[in-house]
Amino acid sequence: MVQLTLPKNSQMRTGKTWPKPEGAKNLRKFQIYRWSPDDGENPRVDTYFVDMDSCGPMVLDALIKIKSEIDPTLTFRRSCREGICGSCAMNIDGGNRLACIFGMDEVKGDIKIYPLPHMPVVKDLVPDLTHFYAQHASIKPWLETKSNTPAKEWKQSIEDREKLDGLYECVMCACCSTSCPSYWWNGDRYLGPAALLHAYRWLIDSRDEATGERLDDLHDPFKLYRCHTIMNCAKTCPKGLNPAKAIAEVKKMMISRTH
Amino acid sequence: MGFKTDYSRVHGSGAAGEGAHHWWSQRVTSIALVPLTLLFIVPFGRALGSGHEAFVATYSNLWHALVAVLFIIAVFAHLQQGLQTVLEDYVSSKAVRTVALLANTLLCWAFGIAGVLSVASVLFSA
Repeated sequence: MVQLTLPKNSQMRTGKTWPKPEGAKNLRKFQIYRWSPDDGENPRVDTYFVDMDSCGPMVLDALIKIKSEIDPTLTFRRSCREGICGSCAMNIDGGNRLACIFGMDEVKGDIKIYPLPHMPVVKDLVPDLTHFYAQHASIKPWLETKSNTPAKEWKQSIEDREKLDGLYECVMCACCSTSCPSYWWNGDRYLGPAALLHAYRWLIDSRDEATGERLDDLHDPFKLYRCHTIMNCAKTCPKGLNPAKAIAEVKKMMISRTH
Repeated sequence: MGFKTDYSRVHGSGAAGEGAHHWWSQRVTSIALVPLTLLFIVPFGRALGSGHEAFVATYSNLWHALVAVLFIIAVFAHLQQGLQTVLEDYVSSKAVRTVALLANTLLCWAFGIAGVLSVASVLFSA
């Protein structure tokens, strides 16, 4: 059943307020979720103040500044700092975003940062995405062929290649799946918007020869049909993609092969 | 707790091979209900408040009886499918879910058939 109350050990407490940097005139307040598996404590929200005059424009810039100048124990993932690796996905100002390409000017007031919703937390802002990645692997995100491999390459027309636009750009940051209520309630069985967008990307690839098997693997009340077009996925996607539309296309393919 | 791999946990028992028909049927019944609701509600509303005889007069008419029967079938089919979706979404206990799904199916069939029989009894007794 959907849980409306949190277990006691996950109830959030007010955490530490870290000292303001000396001599700074242009301060911005950050409220950041903290939890460590090592101390047996409940999660808490720590308060930090960052000098905006010596900080880059993105939320990730502030997080790196906090880690290097205020609190080295603050834990988060980051890598490319340009929205292509998908590592720094987190819940900022109530929405799932990539911290590296989300500007602090887009937030009014204090900046609140939490890990991606409804995922087990490894530490602080780092969610456990093992199940999410396994779901991606389960849709076989690679070209499946049965014909003899051509001497040079599997050819694709320009028109067929265009069908992959709006799909191949996904960086697997998990912003969409973790914003989806269906994924929150049934994420153990529902594949979620990210995995299903990838499934569609291979379903409409003109070079792929396993379309039927791929549809068979998705034909399930939980794997696919938990999507109720809530559209949180499309609203939150940092790359501007529309997983809900991809899922709708899969449903259309599913029904069109029965008629 | 066990040592199942994540891939095995995701794969589970594989795809059920069901869902497409349910999804399609939900859409078909919802579209059918747009004209059916309008066609049903007008004569029903007219008879409302005018007593038993007004209803007998309305549903002795073959056209009105036909619309009412189609409306009742579509409503209860749609209700059954919709509630099934809600129960699958929100009830995670396997035992409670199974009982709730069975109750939903049985009640929707029972009420649907009762509705159809009621209209038929008026039509054929007139």
